[in-house]
Amino acid sequence: MSFYQELPENILVTNIDQLLGWGRKHSLWYLMFGLACCSIELMHTGGPRADLERFGSAPRGTPRQSDLIIIAGTLTYKMASRLKLLYEQMAEPRYVISMGSCSNCGGLFDKAYSVVKGVDQIIPVDVYLPGCPPRPEALLESLIFLQKKIQNEKFLRK
Amino acid sequence: MLSEYGAVLIFGVLSIGFIFVFLFLGKLIRPDRPNAQKNSPYECGEVPVGNAWINFNIRYYILALIFLLFDVEIALILPVATVYKEWLGGDFGLYALVELLLFVAILAVALIYAWGRGDLNWVKGYTYAENKSDSQDSKS
Repeated sequence: MSFYQELPENILVTNIDQLLGWGRKHSLWYLMFGLACCSIELMHTGGPRADLERFGSAPRGTPRQSDLIIIAGTLTYKMASRLKLLYEQMAEPRYVISMGSCSNCGGLFDKAYSVVKGVDQIIPVDVYLPGCPPRPEALLESLIFLQKKIQNEKFLRK
Repeated sequence: MLSEYGAVLIFGVLSIGFIFVFLFLGKLIRPDRPNAQKNSPYECGEVPVGNAWINFNIRYYILALIFLLFDVEIALILPVATVYKEWLGGDFGLYALVELLLFVAILAVALIYAWGRGDLNWVKGYTYAENKSDSQDSKS
């Protein structure tokens, strides 16, 4: 087969939105924000068995390099202002996974005086992940869910 | 025809041009919405207080170095302590003890050196500085 005969099979057609979504969904670097026992599951997910990094998702220590913040654990009122500032300091486009019952709605501690009843009262949340704590497989599922969401976003028309 | 150096020039121009083309593409595509909060220094979520460009006291550095001494000591002696009883049964016990004492002695030399220099004193009197300047004067 000559080069010109092979050529049509090797040309991919796309648009910029699709291309950007494809690039962004496979480089979701997440800011480590472990607040309680969910962060142990988050560490397991980053470990060799679940291996979050095969989805292009690497842990970062600073919000400047992060596209995603995984809120793993119970958010208290004292921490809420810090979370807000960290979220503001992240580079755009930025996404939020609310991991576990505590960050979804206060969970087990929703009667406590110091616990925020849901992270979505502080910052916008893209994916709510139920569970107490969710298993690593569930976190992977939520990441894949977020990837699908990013793929279908229209970045340039915002 | 191009000379060999012409090829190098083309490589150089292309590689530099490549950087600027993709920086420009990134600038076209990425969202750019800076605000005061986003531009503030990252302090693990804390609101920064004062200037970050301050000097730490150099004496902390010496303290950290001396800590390293004891750190190495404990990290290498503790594993020996766990298996030392088994060694005592064999003919390995005395050898291990001498080895350990030798190891501690080598590290102790460093401690004695720091002690002699007066690095263990947090408040250094004027006398130390004066003595030092005296000795320098006498040398010169």
